[in-house]
Amino acid sequence: MSEILRCENLTKKYGAHTVALDGLNLTLDSGKIVGLLGPNGSGKTTLIKIINGLLTPSGGRVVIDGYAPGVESKKLVAYLPDNSYLNSWMTIQQIVDYFADFYEDFRPDLALSMLERLDIRPQRRLKTLSKGNKEKVCLILVMARNAKLYVLDEPIAGVDPAARDYVISTIINNYNPDSTVLISTHLISDIEEILDRVLFLKNGRLVLDQSVDEIRQEHGKSVDELFREVFRW
Amino acid sequence: MVWTLNKDRPLCPQICEQICVGIAGGEFQPDQRLMSVREVAVAAGVNPNTVQRAFEELERSGILYSVRGSGWFVGADISRAKAVLEAIIGEKTAAYFKEMAALGVAPEAVKAYVKEWSE
Repeated sequence: MSEILRCENLTKKYGAHTVALDGLNLTLDSGKIVGLLGPNGSGKTTLIKIINGLLTPSGGRVVIDGYAPGVESKKLVAYLPDNSYLNSWMTIQQIVDYFADFYEDFRPDLALSMLERLDIRPQRRLKTLSKGNKEKVCLILVMARNAKLYVLDEPIAGVDPAARDYVISTIINNYNPDSTVLISTHLISDIEEILDRVLFLKNGRLVLDQSVDEIRQEHGKSVDELFREVFRW
Repeated sequence: MVWTLNKDRPLCPQICEQICVGIAGGEFQPDQRLMSVREVAVAAGVNPNTVQRAFEELERSGILYSVRGSGWFVGADISRAKAVLEAIIGEKTAAYFKEMAALGVAPEAVKAYVKEWSE
């Protein structure tokens, strides 16, 4: 088990008064599925955007397998943003080719076979797909990379229960035991069974960082119940 | 095999228990190859690391054994799995009596209910 991600005293301020991340310290090891949980506005997406180099921290630093966020780290990190950045006029095949050009670790055959299982033909344009199928395509593209760190921002928001099961089995099936998956969500009960560990974020601070079976052992309750308790207002 | 997991308890021991129930009940025979870690993870909807830990736990207890490159197998001696099943049955029975006591039903009266139901 080696370290894949480290945040040291990570701080992000928006303007003078909004502190999105407040001196966050965090280490993630390889080979784990980790839930990044917190209510709206707790700093989840800010943290994820810093990891992916889309925001620069106001203080502190992030280290991804030895690299600061940048060209080298992006080769190692597969990122599913909370809203799609793909061009909707492109066909699925074009997007697959685009990913293959962009990422050395992308496995086009795997992506196409996963799409075939969903009966999504590569000739179709992205904009002709339903919302749920668009989200599945985005997830497939991300999981078809052979990355060291997968960062999934709200992968199950807005999908129906059957699609949720598809998302979860896709993550389990494609996750390789040497890589780490960081999943942000506020729909905890939907994914808590597949997590090794959870991070609870509140007002930009880490308030809990524990293995899920320890939580169940110690508190005698599900992660979802504990979450509701910690974030009661 | 149908996996029913309760999120209020650690998942790893629950997977161990259900495999023991499968072995004790004859669903898995001695020296039979079990599903792979990933297959169980997908079927039960849990993390592969959790399943791996459960299998390793069962190996330490002598209930399963692993063969490098071929996977996990049921051990020849199923007495441990049967003991786990017995323990689960004991716990469930005790919990039932406790619940009935909370409803104000005396143990003698519980026996009568059980008898009525089983007939």
